[in-house]
Amino acid sequence: MSDFEKKILEFKNRLNSTQDSNEIESIRTDIFSKNGFINSQFKKLGSLSENEKKTFASNINKAKQELLEIFRAKATEVSDKDLKEKIKKEKIDVTLPEKEFKIGKIHPVSQVIDEISCIFSEIGFSVEEGPDVENDYNNFTALNTPEDHPAKDMHDTFYLDENMKTLLRTHTSPVQVRTMLKGKPPFKIIAPGRTYRSDSDQTHTPMFHQLEGLHIDKNINMGHLKGCLNYFIKEFFEVDKIKMRFRPSHFPFTEPSAEVDIGYRIEKNKIIIGEGDKWLEVLGCGMVHPNVLKNCKVDPKIYQGFAFGIGIDRLAMLKYGINDLRSFFECDYRWLNYYGFDPLDVPTNYRGLSK
Amino acid sequence: MKFTKDWLDVHLKTNKSESQIIQKLNNIGLEVEKVEPVKNELSEFIVARIVKANKHPNADRLKLCDVDIGKKEILKVVCGAPNARDGLLTIYAPPGSVIPKNGMKLEVSKIRGETSYGMLCSESELKLSNESEGIIDLNDKYKTKIGKSYFDEKKGKNVIELSITPNRPDCLGVRGIARDLSASNFGKLKEQRKSKVKKNIKHNLKITIEKNKNQACSIFGSCIIKNIKNTESPGWLKNRILALGLRPISAVVDITNYVMFDLNRPLHAYDLDKIKNKIIIRNSKKGENFKALDNKNYILDKDMCVISDDKGVLGLGGIIGGERSGTEKHTKNILLESAYFDPAIIRKTAKKLDLNSDAKFRFERGVDPQSVNAGLDSAVELILEICGGEVSKFDIQQTKKIKDLEIKFDPKMVSKTVGNNINTNEIKKTLSNLGFTVKTKGKFLNVKVPSWRPDIFGEIDLVEEVIRIIGFEKIKSIEPEKKRTKPTLNFFQKHFHLAQRSVASKGYLETITWSFTDEKINNKFKEKLESVKIINPISSDLNVLRNSLYPNLIFYLEKNLNRGFGDQALFEIGPTFTGKKPGQQITVVCGIKKQSIDEDNYLKKNSLVDVFHIKKDLVQSLTELGINKEYFKIGENTPSYYHPGISGSIVSKDGNFVLAYFGALHPKIISNTFGFEIFLEKLVDYKAKNTKTKESLTFSDYQKSDRDFAFLVNKDSRAQDLLEVIQKIDKDLIKEIKIFDVYEGENIPSDKKSIALKVTIQSDHKTLNENDLTNISKKIVSTVEEKTGAKLRS
Repeated sequence: MSDFEKKILEFKNRLNSTQDSNEIESIRTDIFSKNGFINSQFKKLGSLSENEKKTFASNINKAKQELLEIFRAKATEVSDKDLKEKIKKEKIDVTLPEKEFKIGKIHPVSQVIDEISCIFSEIGFSVEEGPDVENDYNNFTALNTPEDHPAKDMHDTFYLDENMKTLLRTHTSPVQVRTMLKGKPPFKIIAPGRTYRSDSDQTHTPMFHQLEGLHIDKNINMGHLKGCLNYFIKEFFEVDKIKMRFRPSHFPFTEPSAEVDIGYRIEKNKIIIGEGDKWLEVLGCGMVHPNVLKNCKVDPKIYQGFAFGIGIDRLAMLKYGINDLRSFFECDYRWLNYYGFDPLDVPTNYRGLSK
Repeated sequence: MKFTKDWLDVHLKTNKSESQIIQKLNNIGLEVEKVEPVKNELSEFIVARIVKANKHPNADRLKLCDVDIGKKEILKVVCGAPNARDGLLTIYAPPGSVIPKNGMKLEVSKIRGETSYGMLCSESELKLSNESEGIIDLNDKYKTKIGKSYFDEKKGKNVIELSITPNRPDCLGVRGIARDLSASNFGKLKEQRKSKVKKNIKHNLKITIEKNKNQACSIFGSCIIKNIKNTESPGWLKNRILALGLRPISAVVDITNYVMFDLNRPLHAYDLDKIKNKIIIRNSKKGENFKALDNKNYILDKDMCVISDDKGVLGLGGIIGGERSGTEKHTKNILLESAYFDPAIIRKTAKKLDLNSDAKFRFERGVDPQSVNAGLDSAVELILEICGGEVSKFDIQQTKKIKDLEIKFDPKMVSKTVGNNINTNEIKKTLSNLGFTVKTKGKFLNVKVPSWRPDIFGEIDLVEEVIRIIGFEKIKSIEPEKKRTKPTLNFFQKHFHLAQRSVASKGYLETITWSFTDEKINNKFKEKLESVKIINPISSDLNVLRNSLYPNLIFYLEKNLNRGFGDQALFEIGPTFTGKKPGQQITVVCGIKKQSIDEDNYLKKNSLVDVFHIKKDLVQSLTELGINKEYFKIGENTPSYYHPGISGSIVSKDGNFVLAYFGALHPKIISNTFGFEIFLEKLVDYKAKNTKTKESLTFSDYQKSDRDFAFLVNKDSRAQDLLEVIQKIDKDLIKEIKIFDVYEGENIPSDKKSIALKVTIQSDHKTLNENDLTNISKKIVSTVEEKTGAKLRS
């Protein structure tokens, strides 16, 4: 056995006998580095005859190839073994808590406004808004509620001046006035927003939310009103059938006026909407009074249509089983977390209103 | 408005049941609010059982009884009856009840040192018989009725309470309700009986309606009734008065009340002998005063309508009578008034004096001016029947003619409004049944409005009358068309929606708080704004419109802290007010974050909330709203409610728009709490003016290189300024600058800090060689040193 072959055998033995990654690295240097065994053998070529050169070079290459293969196999074997041992030691108790995260919530009133907007969007209503502070004219006079009329008693108004000319709007109806005055018919709008009455007890809060609806065009009649509200209630409560009753009532700004009740029953302390023989008042509506149209520069001989007002908080209570109106505004951490909605849960037409 | 079925029967001949009637009333717009068993004056007397009749410790003849009245507790009642014994079933009168025999009102009292809660009754005390020997001894049948009313059970009649809308004063009288029902095919309205009373005596009291400006009284009808005996009302009348929730007083008062609720015709009875000389209806002088029947003294303003005599004010016309001329049990001669007062003036007066009465409630809504005579007739008949006496002719003073309103009505309007075809004959019939006089004139109807309907002005009111009676259920529903011609939300509304959900997605809980707040707290946040005060706040701590969202958010944050929730992130999106005119409001998104320091929690230790957390939430939301860092810079000026050293503003690049504030709230207001405010209108406005249409994406695939620099700068200098200078050097090559370390302390002068940055350099056109990189690096160092006074740290 030549020295060369002995050396190769020695390397093979070294590789075979080791399980240590450091030894592997040192073997690699010994064999393959710049000054390693293989290169040192190539350097010898210069001192050899042409014939010897050829044979020896071929031997070196063969040996290099052979060693490389063994080396690679061994290196993989050792690194696999090392990784295995490392993993064994890396046991973590993953039942410990994850990094803290906070899920924000959308208030049920906001969610319900989005749901309602989504429903009315389908049938061509767009969203309008008006200021919270209103003048007496827009809130009452233009809406056919004359000065010194008992109808005003129905609204306990917050006033901002002694002459009672500036006030916090008692309903969203002044948005009707603003919308009609700034545009030209037809009008097809909803207007959600904050409303205020100086009333505070179990079922009343000094601030609450309303949604106004207005549809004015040529030939819009009470049949359209009925159909529109029937569609809305059905969509909102996500039921196929709804029991609805239109009861004549009185609002100065609509004529004829109606209150709308929906049928319900109580089952295991829960309200089931749409069936049963009990009635629940959910909204007020009617045909816009010709005087209101006139006040808003719309010709009642050509145009007519309907308006409605919905108590948003009340609908939210009904749909989501919330018992106390006052809790909406008390900002209790537990309440907000429990009744609030995931911000990603955006009501849409194609996905459906609620998750 | 309350009534009973048997009262309705006085005016309506019907075979419909009470429950059918209730349903119909709802369907024609007379909303039934409540149906309750009728109360009579004996309802309070209940069946009771003596559990044990103990000896009274201080009196031989009295017993101290343990009485079971069907409630949890056994009551102690002192009783002197010889037949009071263990197990006796009898009738108990609670404190507050009035004993029919003597009109005595019971009170909790001590009898010989022992407290007695009520009384056990004899038959004579309840006027059941003359038997007064002992207390009532009921048979065993009543064992199951302990706790129930003794008298009530047999009747089973109901009081129906209606919630009458303000446009329907006519239905504040039972007859009006009967008329509506009859028009709805629910029976026949009975004719009002013609009075057959002989009016023999002379009306010798002079009555004048003074000609005043804005005189509220236009009709004053009256008669004199002499030699009456003002007794107690008979049972039927008492029961009707009780059904209304009123207390029977005397026949004359009960009768005037009865007629008011029967015909919606308020009346007033004066003791004639207490009127001095004559009656003048006039406007009051400022400072005049009188004592009203509610026992209160009222000081009057100028020009309130008063009924007066030579001595002064007798009463406020249409609102309340005066004590001086009130009728009493011994009153012999009366003047009975039936008048008409202007609704608006009555309302104004009553509002000023803060006075409410059944008469005022009716006059301000509109009483039938033609019911003056009918009211007098109806009351006179009852008074003569119950109290006897002789009546004078009616004296009617009238200063204005009553004009009947006539409406030219196109019957087609009904179909046009409701959508269904309603035929003209049905329209005519319905209106006639409601008391309208209808005449056909060509294509139109001439409709005369009855005097009891002050709510009818024009054609549309007639449409309502017709459809109300025909029934809303007859209107055919028309399915809505699923068509959209305009976008649902405008540009601003879209951003409102997005901002709301964007902030919530950062872990904030959305709240909705009052638009008003406590002025004391608001003052800390209003800066230069004026307080907008509410004249009539719901409470003194909600007395101004909010100038900022912080006052309420902080209030509720602290409430939650007290509930034991240390870590909180709340936000609200809503209006704040900049003035008291309509429209002087802006939309603000305000977030607030607090973390309780919890040193023990190793999981949390390294993630304490600081200003950069709130800044991250804010900047991320702004970016989501389409305003990224390219569009804004950080300004230093913040309102005084922020910590002056730990807060900043987000300002548009051009400096014209303050889009947001963020930072630690001032420790004087609340400690360890961070917040931000986004001004949504400004943001949306800025965005609308500065949005670029998105260019098509280009990116460079040539090699990127990073170069690190550390500059020594003054401690109070701002990182943003340094970045700005570098950015401007070569916008094409300098792709990104990242601050990776800020250091103060050892090896650095005490007035300096070191800012270490990584600058990413890349060309869009070629691979940069070492030379290019060295050049740009040199330029960065020299420009920074020259422009900011910073020194490269060696």
